[in-house]
Amino acid sequence: MPKGRIEVLEEMCKSCGLCVEACPNKVLKISDRINSKGYRPAEQYKEGCVACKMCAMMCPDVAIEVYRIES
Amino acid sequence: MPEVKIFERPKCMTDVSTHYCPGCTHGIVHRLVAEAIDEFGIQEKTVGVAPVGCAVLMYNYINTDMYEAAHGRAPAVATGCKRVRPDLTVFTYQGDGDLASIGVAEIVHAANRGENITVIFINNAIYGMTGGQMAPTTLLKQKTTTCPYGRDPKVNGYPIRIAEMLATLEAPGYIARVTVARPKYVIKAKEAIKKAFQTQIEEKGFSLVEVLSTCPTNWGMRPAEALKWLEENMIPYYPLGEFKLPD
Repeated sequence: MPKGRIEVLEEMCKSCGLCVEACPNKVLKISDRINSKGYRPAEQYKEGCVACKMCAMMCPDVAIEVYRIES
Repeated sequence: MPEVKIFERPKCMTDVSTHYCPGCTHGIVHRLVAEAIDEFGIQEKTVGVAPVGCAVLMYNYINTDMYEAAHGRAPAVATGCKRVRPDLTVFTYQGDGDLASIGVAEIVHAANRGENITVIFINNAIYGMTGGQMAPTTLLKQKTTTCPYGRDPKVNGYPIRIAEMLATLEAPGYIARVTVARPKYVIKAKEAIKKAFQTQIEEKGFSLVEVLSTCPTNWGMRPAEALKWLEENMIPYYPLGEFKLPD
């Protein structure tokens, strides 16, 4: 299984939760932090990302960058 | 361990946070358009035409030359631009209040003349920017601020299927309907948008991609619920697929 991780551009995120919904491995959640617009950005809170890009594909604010970890 | 970045913002998109409501699918479609422009390598010779509607500020987000047209008149502006400079790739990006209501004459005749332009048509079954009034594409029984008891065909008529209607014309090259309700649909939407631009680049005539979208704010739903509602209610009435292909 490939391994990956995501980075959320926190100032872009509007906390809509579509990435959390789209993630097949459920490794994303809405964080407790607050960005300058007052939204709580999404974050990857546990291991298990397989770099499938589904969260990034569904992100309306294009606020997710996906990395694949080469082993 | 080495890492490879496999997904990032398209180069053709500016680093500006959009004004769209959280969960609005405009952002997804903007990204698909920007990625298509990047992949064809035509950023320097592309002209977009923004509509009146929520996407009116699109020129802040897509980093190409842009016009802002009067309400519904984007295909007319695009026609002028393309006829004067046929070497440019010209696209319009219009909502259903813009294209299917006040702009229906422009779109029908631009399509009928086979103008070599690309139209991205966002159908979210409601007027978004003005506060959720009934659009020509509003579904039967759907509640909006101007049909609070649900759309009644005896009073308001039936929702218009623009893609099918334009596909009856002889001139258009490529007409398709897609959605962005789930990742699998997003992949297909990207293919359709690329095909539409390809049609224009190969000078095969008018191309239109209708994208079924959401308006969580005016539908009164959470973003994820809105995508589910779209899948359950809009796709049965507005079937997905390609209605016209270039010869």
